[in-house]
Amino acid sequence: MAEPVLAVRNLVKRFGGLVATDDLTLEVRPGELHALIGPNGAGKTTAIGQICGEIAPDSGSIRFDGADITGLSFAQRVRRGLSRTFQIVQLLDDDTALENVSLAVQAAEGHSFRFWRNARLDRRLTDRARALLAQVGLPEERARVRASDLSHGERKQLELAIALAPGPKLLLLDEPMAGLGAAESLRMTEVLRALKGRIPMLLVEHDMDAVFALADRVSVLVYGRCIASGLPEAIRADPAVREAYLTEEDGH
Amino acid sequence: MRERIVLAALLAAAVALPWIAEALGTPATVGVATRIAIYAIAAASLNLILGYGGLVSFGHAAYFGLGGYTVGILWEHFRLNEPFLGIIPGTAELLVTFPAAILVGGLAAAAIGALSLRTSGVQFIMITLAFAQMVYFLFVSLAVYGGDDGLMIRRPNAFLGLNLRDPATMYWLSLAVLVFWLWLMGRVVRSRFGRVLEGVRQSERRMAAIGISTYPYKLAAFAIAGAACAAAGALWANYARFVSPDMMHWTKSGELMIMVILGGLGTLLGPVLGAAALVGLEYTLSGITEHWQFVLGPILVAIVLFARKGLMSLFGRWGPGNG
Ligand SMILES: Nc1ncnc2c1ncn2[C@@H]1O[C@H](COP(=O)(O)OP(=O)(O)OP(=O)(O)O)[C@@H](O)[C@H]1O
Ligand SMILES: [Mg+2]
Repeated sequence: MAEPVLAVRNLVKRFGGLVATDDLTLEVRPGELHALIGPNGAGKTTAIGQICGEIAPDSGSIRFDGADITGLSFAQRVRRGLSRTFQIVQLLDDDTALENVSLAVQAAEGHSFRFWRNARLDRRLTDRARALLAQVGLPEERARVRASDLSHGERKQLELAIALAPGPKLLLLDEPMAGLGAAESLRMTEVLRALKGRIPMLLVEHDMDAVFALADRVSVLVYGRCIASGLPEAIRADPAVREAYLTEEDGH
Repeated sequence: MRERIVLAALLAAAVALPWIAEALGTPATVGVATRIAIYAIAAASLNLILGYGGLVSFGHAAYFGLGGYTVGILWEHFRLNEPFLGIIPGTAELLVTFPAAILVGGLAAAAIGALSLRTSGVQFIMITLAFAQMVYFLFVSLAVYGGDDGLMIRRPNAFLGLNLRDPATMYWLSLAVLVFWLWLMGRVVRSRFGRVLEGVRQSERRMAAIGISTYPYKLAAFAIAGAACAAAGALWANYARFVSPDMMHWTKSGELMIMVILGGLGTLLGPVLGAAALVGLEYTLSGITEHWQFVLGPILVAIVLFARKGLMSLFGRWGPGNG
């Protein structure tokens, strides 16, 4: 079998007395969409944070694209092809949607010690940025709107477009559907379906319809521990999972 | 297009100022205008890191002072005809002292920035202030260069046969440097480098997420800002024919910050407006009352409270992103 794109081994992270990540081992295989689910506070965002390099784990290792990346910074990992979106969107709010994506394209093109040409008029950047916005379904006429003036759903789309700009080898998506309406959620599902197979993804999501529509494999996190991992049908049928998570979800 | 015309008209008026002052019989105006131009360069240099990059450096006057002292010390060694540190000959040539000041300011800012930029937030404000105070006390204790009393420069630098003692000539030189620096900054802030700086101001986290390690960019901006501020200091030394540690006192750093914030953070012409307002207010208010700072305070608070982009809010079209 091919080497996994991402291999997380025995990751541990404590916040004081709380074990937010408890001996987590996880793999994302080439071409796979791997869903990571679990109740609120299970440690999903903390796991993503460690994989992307924003949070330093207490122990454990992370291999990505054939190399150990445990010691690399967030930005270094991104340059190696690991891209993420945030549960709470992180955008350049004073900049337009187009400028946000253009800057990400610029970052992917190499260093930015270029002092002379007007970056906003650089077609190499804006053409690619427009294509990315189209890919995530943000309408053309919204490209020139400041990020802070976009709707919540549009901001989620914009984040995905930015994450796609470097041409990532792995996407970490932290609740891309959170706060979206039913129609928006479906649209986002379709966008992800179109990406599926081309870019491996680790998808954290509470929207079970989306998860079971998209995932090739599902891992379930409870109190920082991975209690089950397998094919979607097997996970749906797993009694421990139902007890810990799915039934609770039904109760809402 | 209309902006271009307005800018050209403003520039023409600025160039014609010495003649206008003469016609109106107010020659002192030229000196005030020179001070405004020099402070505008210093404030605009701070604006690069404070306004565009969001780096609250509270020690920017250090580079103003270092630029001034470069001119002063080279003059002193020229006068005594004995090389600085036994190797660097003194000089009174602006074509040497001016680039030397820029170099000194840039290198000092690179060194101070290299350490300070490892911190952020309040810590960064305090550490830049601490470094500036160190430079300040260094010059206070340097008795060879006048210590507390400063250094007189009896003759302004020679520059292409021009007489810098003539107020109008000194003014035009300062104005030329200001216009050049604003033009350069206008390019830089729109470039890829400038886009990264604006990103740094808005969200370090977002910058990391698109794969940019921000430290080298912040350091480069910090060094450029220091170099430009030292250029302003070199002009000041020639204008005032005097340098002293007061040039780098922390209150001077505060004044530069006020000019930037008052004029409009992250706007090209804001610092010029801010410098004009502060120097102008100081000039007029100090004529009315010696407690002019008490009057200035509330005016500043009002402007900061009611106009996010400072005085530049009055000229909405030239706000950031539009110019
Ligand atoms: N920086 C921190 N300091 C202390 N505790 C933290 C920190 N970050 C997260 N936690 C705690 O760690 C646990 C896991 O949080 P995390 O945000 O990873 O959960 P999650 O699975 O993403 O939840 P949600 O579904 O609500 O997003 C929570 O109990 C949270 O309160
Ligand atoms: Mg979370």
